[in-house]
Amino acid sequence: MSAWREALQRMGSFLHRKQRDTELAAEISANLEFAVEDNIRHGMPADEARRRALIQFGGVAQAKEQHREARGLPWLEVLLQDMRFAFRTLGRDRGFTVIAVIILGLGIGANITVFSVVNTILLRPLPFHNAQELVRILSKNDRGGESSMTFSTDAVEEFQRRNQSFQEVSGYFAFSTPDNVKLMGKGQPQPVTGLSVAGNFFHTLGVEPMLGRLFAPEECVRHGRPVVLLNHSFWKRQFGGNPDIVGQAINLDGTPVTVIGVLPGTFDFGSVFSPGAKVDLYQPTIFEDIHDEGNTMALIGRLKPGVSVAQAQAEADLIFPTLPVDLKHPEYKGDYTGRMLGLKDYVSGKLRRSLIVLWCAVGLILLIVCVNLSNLLLARGAARSKEFAMRTALGAGRGRLLRQLLTESLMLSGLGAMLGLVIAFVITTYLAHQGSIALPLLSSVRIDLAALAWTVLIAVAAAVFFGLAPGLRLSGGNLQEALKDSGHGTSLGRRHEAMRSVLIIVEIAMACVLLVGAGLLLRSFLRILDVDLGFEPSRAASISVDYNDGNDPAKRSVIWQEVVRRVEELPGVETAGITDGLPMSRNRSWGIQAKGKEYRRGELEDTFVYVVSPGYLNAIGMHLVKGRDIRWDDNNKKEAVVIINETVARRLWPGQDPIDRIALVGGSDARVIGVVADVHESSVEGEPGWQMYISATAPQYGPAGAQLVVRTKLPPAMLAADVMRTLRQINPGQPSTEFIPIQRLVDHVVSPRRFFVLLVGIFAGLGLVLASLGIYGVISYSVTQQTKEIGIRMALGASQGRVQFAVIARTLWLALIGIALGTLASFGIGSLIAALLYGTPATDRDTFACMILLLGAVALLAGYIPARRASRINPMIALRNN
Amino acid sequence: MVETKLDLLQGTLDLMVLQTLVAMGEMHGYGIARRIEQVSGDEILLNQGTIYASLVRLQQRGWIAAEWGISDNNRKAKYYSITRGGRKQLVADAAYWRRLSRVMSRVLTAPAEGKL
Repeated sequence: MSAWREALQRMGSFLHRKQRDTELAAEISANLEFAVEDNIRHGMPADEARRRALIQFGGVAQAKEQHREARGLPWLEVLLQDMRFAFRTLGRDRGFTVIAVIILGLGIGANITVFSVVNTILLRPLPFHNAQELVRILSKNDRGGESSMTFSTDAVEEFQRRNQSFQEVSGYFAFSTPDNVKLMGKGQPQPVTGLSVAGNFFHTLGVEPMLGRLFAPEECVRHGRPVVLLNHSFWKRQFGGNPDIVGQAINLDGTPVTVIGVLPGTFDFGSVFSPGAKVDLYQPTIFEDIHDEGNTMALIGRLKPGVSVAQAQAEADLIFPTLPVDLKHPEYKGDYTGRMLGLKDYVSGKLRRSLIVLWCAVGLILLIVCVNLSNLLLARGAARSKEFAMRTALGAGRGRLLRQLLTESLMLSGLGAMLGLVIAFVITTYLAHQGSIALPLLSSVRIDLAALAWTVLIAVAAAVFFGLAPGLRLSGGNLQEALKDSGHGTSLGRRHEAMRSVLIIVEIAMACVLLVGAGLLLRSFLRILDVDLGFEPSRAASISVDYNDGNDPAKRSVIWQEVVRRVEELPGVETAGITDGLPMSRNRSWGIQAKGKEYRRGELEDTFVYVVSPGYLNAIGMHLVKGRDIRWDDNNKKEAVVIINETVARRLWPGQDPIDRIALVGGSDARVIGVVADVHESSVEGEPGWQMYISATAPQYGPAGAQLVVRTKLPPAMLAADVMRTLRQINPGQPSTEFIPIQRLVDHVVSPRRFFVLLVGIFAGLGLVLASLGIYGVISYSVTQQTKEIGIRMALGASQGRVQFAVIARTLWLALIGIALGTLASFGIGSLIAALLYGTPATDRDTFACMILLLGAVALLAGYIPARRASRINPMIALRNN
Repeated sequence: MVETKLDLLQGTLDLMVLQTLVAMGEMHGYGIARRIEQVSGDEILLNQGTIYASLVRLQQRGWIAAEWGISDNNRKAKYYSITRGGRKQLVADAAYWRRLSRVMSRVLTAPAEGKL
């Protein structure tokens, strides 16, 4: 109680210290007057009375000081005093302050940015209610792309019924394509992306609509009322954020569909389940409608409270092998396996290592920044040693000096942190709007409270780190020596030099580690760009074609032929073709096997299937190794045709010519007419899987959509308008879908790696610049310090070359030790990043050599400039000075 | 005159001030200081200036109250008086000091065991 009261009173006294001081002065003078009067009454003369009174009172200044300490907040007053002083000092040394703040700002800014990304992707729970209960249900066999990780509707319903681990199991239709729905009504039909999700999808995730309601059960069955939920950004963009849209009907593909709600802005399907994808609207999956389409549903589940992922996995191991593909056809074998993966792990698991490496790199940058500043402060401290010696002589304690110096460091890092926040804010805002980087949750990266707390933490840590060493050195200096030391011109203060040299070596070593790491990642990235994808992404582009064939293969054949023929007539178009699936994008898989052969379980693999037109293989730039391309008349009802990739050929007909063999594809006979080189169908880094290409005109199979691929001599963008006009002439209902360069699909797949390489590269560059600044600073400073000495040497006959050599030799010596240590450390971190490398060993000799040479060259340059200056010293002037 | 004066122990001055105010009623700083000097028989080394830190401390703890007033000889001065809380504190502190001094004297006069 009284402690509180006292604290409040002290605060009050602190705030009103002027007034309290005046009052005290009045009291003291009253006291003295009383004393004087008393003394006079005792018979002293006036002079003596005053003298005695003053003696009785003691020191007036001490009394005031004691009074202040007793009533106010002495530490705060000292702090304010220190800050005022620091401001003046930093303001006087503006060049130093600006450089220090910029360096700190870059270092801290990079750290805040990376922290925000790491926090969003790795640390923060997913933006769902009780997100730790959410599980992504995958398959243990992921060789067949999406199809291997999806389940039939009967399997889903059966699992929903039989499992004991989940509160709810839900899912979404895994084979939606971008721009798969036409929004009609006003003007040209507009392509929008619709996703069909199981009725309880949002409920399972715990997402509440911002407006309206979620799907009702009667809307999830065949012939139910057609309804749609809008994505928040689509609602803003398309309907201007008008809340009245709820309850109204919009025209999708010619059908009026009622908008029943708008999802909150915090929900972004793409950022969690399919990075880089955007979804505009959600429709309920009608299970009856897709019952015969096989494995189409990607699953998620919400565990019951207290059930672990491992328990769910144990149960799934029992249930999944027994799940039916199709209850009406018990003879179809599902061979299902279930792999339960925490949704968080699904989203960020693969990125964990990259992000940690990124975090380490940026931490290293901060360390380099600190070492650099330590060095700058030491240099400055040497110039200020007299000031501090003087203050010690006047009675300042060591703690007081240290506090003063730390206040200065804190102010520097505080200013740096402010600059860093601005930098980080700009970068995170930029990143959040990069749809082309396939990183999950990237759109929700922002500077939040956690990032602010992190900023404060690293700013304080940095201040202590870079301020402490110079602080201790300065405040603990020998008074006599400092006051005597004339400071300039001689190489006094050896200890000072030694400490700075150590710092430089550490700095170079850290820069070396960064450079080698960045070099290894960069080389891996270049290796990846060099991979033969099996197709030619450059100078090709694709567009989604809308057509209506009434599911009649003959009609489809006519439409597709017309499209290909008319587009190929356009000037600039080399060749064109149509496929239902492009590489590096949505994929589906069926099975293929040689007819009349029995296979062991696991011997066959899910096979990526593409329904294509003649000329497609040519248009996308694939290599036909053997046989022929598909023809428009490949529409035999009894026997279809199939083109297989080399992997399939090798595995199904080892050592034989596969041409003209009969395969079983989706239950029908198909003659192998060609073999193509393997295509990297889903990633650049992974091995290509089994692939096959079948004729779009075959009555046995149907394509899932149509992507027109155009190969051109011109930049694809120049053709966009012509192609669109042609498609509109054929089908006026063709929506204005985007003409997408194939290269963009590849870029999208490698974008996370590009992102990491870019960031680590920038950090390494920053490290290199900082290290060279550090070297320059130290060498240049020591040259300045030794001006007189060098002058004497030159006066005694040392040549310019000799002086220059001495300085450069010292630089190189420091650099060599630093590089040697850094190289050793780089071998150490090799194991950390080995998993991130592609086609590059963690001890890649070329990379190491390149980076070491680069660092050495930069160090040499940084040392050469002061060396040159040293050699230009005029002995006359140097000796006359001082 | 006494040759050496006593240094004040931590906290004793506060207690003396409180006791003085109880005994004398409302007083100004100089008066309190003089009174303590007189009562202690000039055995205490007291700079009058020291008293003001003690006064402000006691005031902030709410044990004494202060008010500007006019002295007998028409001088403006700050007058201090003890509060109810101050009286309570004084009782507690006085009891503590009595106990402490009793124990101290007991310890110091205890007969030595064994050899002298």
